[in-house]
Amino acid sequence: MKFGYYPGCALHGSSSDYESSVRACLGKLDVQLEELQDWICCGATAAHSINHKLATALPARNLGIAEKMQLTNLFAPCPMCSMELKKASDALQTSEELRAEMTQIVETPVQGSVEVLNLIQVFQQVGYDKIAEVATKKLDVFKPACYYGCLLTRPPKTLKFDDPEDPVSMDELLKKLGAQPVEWNCKTVCCGGGLTLCDEAGVAAMTYRILQNAVDSGANCVVVACPMCEVNLDMRQADAKKLGLSVDVPIFYLTDLVGFALGLDAKALDVNRRFVSIPQEMKNI
Amino acid sequence: MTLAKQDKSARVEALANTRLSDCYQCGKCTAGCPRGDVMDMPPTRVMRAAQIGAIDQAAGSLAVWQCLSCLTCTARCPKSVEVAGVMDAMRQIGVEDNLTNPAAVKVVEFQKAFLRNVRRNGRTNETEMATDFEARYFFRRFDVVNALKTGMLAPKMLARKKLEFKLGSPVKDKALVKRIFDKCDVKL
Repeated sequence: MKFGYYPGCALHGSSSDYESSVRACLGKLDVQLEELQDWICCGATAAHSINHKLATALPARNLGIAEKMQLTNLFAPCPMCSMELKKASDALQTSEELRAEMTQIVETPVQGSVEVLNLIQVFQQVGYDKIAEVATKKLDVFKPACYYGCLLTRPPKTLKFDDPEDPVSMDELLKKLGAQPVEWNCKTVCCGGGLTLCDEAGVAAMTYRILQNAVDSGANCVVVACPMCEVNLDMRQADAKKLGLSVDVPIFYLTDLVGFALGLDAKALDVNRRFVSIPQEMKNI
Repeated sequence: MTLAKQDKSARVEALANTRLSDCYQCGKCTAGCPRGDVMDMPPTRVMRAAQIGAIDQAAGSLAVWQCLSCLTCTARCPKSVEVAGVMDAMRQIGVEDNLTNPAAVKVVEFQKAFLRNVRRNGRTNETEMATDFEARYFFRRFDVVNALKTGMLAPKMLARKKLEFKLGSPVKDKALVKRIFDKCDVKL
């Protein structure tokens, strides 16, 4: 199976561990990734906060490149990127005027016709049953709190993915691989990642609320599919401890757990650089 | 409502691509907002300000920069108003018209540093961006405590490769990225 691939800035920078994990995990599933040539930043929160036109133009440039490469789909492991790409693609598809304007601004024809996919949608296209078939190990040591955060499901009108109040797509995949995901309250509550460098106190309170609820619900780890959620819940856990969080909560990317089930080790999945270290019994399943 | 105020509301509507009069002030956006407890002007009041043309107050609030763009408000609005889009519009107007709240300087500087970095590199070089942001913020406020905290966190991030000095792979056509920014008339 082949997908167009938009890594985004985080995966080529602070979250290179996520890229290692994504590549190792999908490699085991015979997924080939064709990286978008000379891709640029999607603009993230900064673009839509400061210049509404730029917030469409940056993703539109990437969509235009994808169309030129004749890709039919574009997988972005970061939900911020996939949401921004999908939002731009929707806007382009519904307005001829916008298509003309963006074609002029980004200097390449763009229709918005490429199908944008998040990580979970890639797993869904591979097929949960197929993944379970190829798996060599059971994830029974894991009781994950599956954390979807903001942009895997919001805005629902644009993304039309899972249930925006009670998403289950990650839980279902991990259940099939032998894990026991817990029922909890903070699946889609924002972790504050966007302001992790600007508002420590505010972000600490948000991180604490999420991690404490995961622990109170019986989880022994939190699983994310977002580089910003990962770094925030991991790096700011020390601040959450000061507010009362009593235990270490290891943070995993979804691809780490699926990777473990597929027989990959901690080194291949690059899980050894976390602020909160991963316990041995979870690494050596 | 005076004509000037109507024009101001129309500017928000155009930027947010939504109809402000659809909001009937139910308060659901504020009820679900993860930042509602700290905001000086929660989303429901930003919406009301937008409706009556009190754009300067909303664009000058601290709240619009405390907003994390988590989109819970937009997702839950019973009238499908783009509440988060209105918050975006207020931020853009604040930057363009020099109305940003002085207490929001850190977030405003962060978002500007991010875009300056993308304009220069095509992709974010996080180390360069963080250095630009922290330095500018320091010289705006002389916040020594923040500088020390950042200074203590940086080595831990470096050890975990959460900060790196090289950019993964550089963009070839950087001039094009600058042209895109210029054509969009981005004020930084």
